[in-house]
Amino acid sequence: MPNIEVNGKSYETDEEGYLVNLADWNMDVANYIAQSENLNMTDQHWEVIEFLRKYYDEFQIAPAVRVLTKAIGKKLGPEKGNSQYLYELFPYGPGKQACKVAGLPKPTGCI
Amino acid sequence: MAANVTAPPFRVIPIIPAILPGAMEGLKPFVASDKIQEALGFPGELVEDWHDRAIAKMGELLTKYRSLKVYLDACVHCGACSDKCHYFLGTRDPKNMPVARQDLMRSVYRRYFTLPGKFFPKLVGARNLTREVLDEWYSYFHQCSECRRCSVFCPYGIDTAEITMAAREILDSVGYGQKYSNEIIGKVHKIGNNLGLPGPALEDTLAGLEEDVKEASGSDVRFPLDVKGAQVLLITPSADFFAEPHIDSLIGYAKVFHAAGISWTLSSMASEAGNFGLFIGNYEQMRKVALRIRQAALELGVKRIVVGECGHAWRVAYSFWNTLTGIGDGASDPFALQLQRQLDHRYRQPSHICELTWDLIERKAITLDPDANDHLVVTFHDSCNVARGSRMGEMPGGQFEIPRAIIRASANHYVEMQDATTREKTFCCGGGGGLLTDDLMDLRVKGALPRMEALKEVVDRDGVNFMATICAICKTQFSKVMPYYGYNMRMVGGVHQLVSNAIRLGD
Repeated sequence: MPNIEVNGKSYETDEEGYLVNLADWNMDVANYIAQSENLNMTDQHWEVIEFLRKYYDEFQIAPAVRVLTKAIGKKLGPEKGNSQYLYELFPYGPGKQACKVAGLPKPTGCI
Repeated sequence: MAANVTAPPFRVIPIIPAILPGAMEGLKPFVASDKIQEALGFPGELVEDWHDRAIAKMGELLTKYRSLKVYLDACVHCGACSDKCHYFLGTRDPKNMPVARQDLMRSVYRRYFTLPGKFFPKLVGARNLTREVLDEWYSYFHQCSECRRCSVFCPYGIDTAEITMAAREILDSVGYGQKYSNEIIGKVHKIGNNLGLPGPALEDTLAGLEEDVKEASGSDVRFPLDVKGAQVLLITPSADFFAEPHIDSLIGYAKVFHAAGISWTLSSMASEAGNFGLFIGNYEQMRKVALRIRQAALELGVKRIVVGECGHAWRVAYSFWNTLTGIGDGASDPFALQLQRQLDHRYRQPSHICELTWDLIERKAITLDPDANDHLVVTFHDSCNVARGSRMGEMPGGQFEIPRAIIRASANHYVEMQDATTREKTFCCGGGGGLLTDDLMDLRVKGALPRMEALKEVVDRDGVNFMATICAICKTQFSKVMPYYGYNMRMVGGVHQLVSNAIRLGD
């Protein structure tokens, strides 16, 4: 399996760069992954990441797009509670790209 | 969009592409890890004696599936199939011609299983199964979406999909499986669906949907889960709980049940319609996945099993559930017989959600207001497994006409794409058969070209701005690849998404 190197420490990832071990995640690793995805992380990005990690902690899966948009909408106002806003933050899809930065496994299936 | 992937330019239909040998050579989706393989009972990695085991497996399949032997024997290389595959049309790689794909296996079959091939291999195009050949199999049998379009044009009815399935079955048996499909099958066994969505997360998602629909429509539309004694068990792809635009169709199904007053339930045990066992050609895996549905149906005591918008699921349900699980006629074990007695045979078992909805529309048990979709000019993309592997309703071709009839009842503006690309001749979306994975994005984009070209015609001519479909894979594939062709990802959606917009809830 490939690894990524952050601050002199090595972290195991899968073929697509998703962290293999959930517990490996920290802000530096997240920043590193974000950079490799060409994402310029802002507070708005971090809010999404934080929600994803909380949700995963409770349910052992990333939230459905709609659950995510609703949560963001409640927190940041209805104009941001839509998938377009999330796609602006994470152009390759809020589900997959944001999960990657959040250190969560990639969602699988017909999605 | 992935930066290194670009869409080929549109061409003028009809298209006779010049070949581009080797265009997709070496393309290889991620190989399944030992953990993924072993969870399905396959060897963890390529076994040392893979050659002998592969040939033995092939011999076994040739005996078990007579069709496979017929398909390998019957081809006369007439060429009717050669320009019918969307992957050939999109990639121009001659090995993506269906006949060439079949020949990857046919050449090995001849070498080991026919007399001329054993003695005069060169004369009959027979070749040894070398490591290079095995890798070529892995590559090109993962460039076939098992859509069966080529078989429509084959004068002998050779079904390339069955050959692809057999090849993948052989590859799995020697420890050379595909990550995407096999990881997903493992999740179904462990958690109950392709996503790996556990029961509590499903419950939470459904509760959120009830709030959303209440807010949007004012009606108390329910999304029941694990309700014993419900009349209908809805089996739908887990993408319907999770992804856009899929979830809009789930809302549509719920509104139909609500408006018609039908009691229904989803199941956390059987929270997946999809059955990737079909894609890897493995009967045992397919059966194990399908049996979850029988177990849920028995536990919940439902009278009717209805399948949501999922293409290959409907093929499995319509064509194979009877003998796999006893849903329908044909199985004889005690659980199958128990289920037979339990189900209400005044209804088709299983039913497609489109059959259920269309029946309600015809009986005027639900009312639709097509003006609600006046902002849309709609066309319909037939999904391959529904079109070529199943049927709906009483009439031949019901699988084509019923979804269209629902659309026409839900929307005022409907146009057809060119008829060489619809109904039984429909093009695959480019992501079916276990290829809907990011590591095959280049192939997916290219494979979508024929459908995109047909779509472009009706967009330019008729102003089409919505392509409806009844398959979770089609929906995801199109929403991912349409931006490469300059179209908005929201241009694709479900038939029940249109129903959802149009239905009168009456309370």
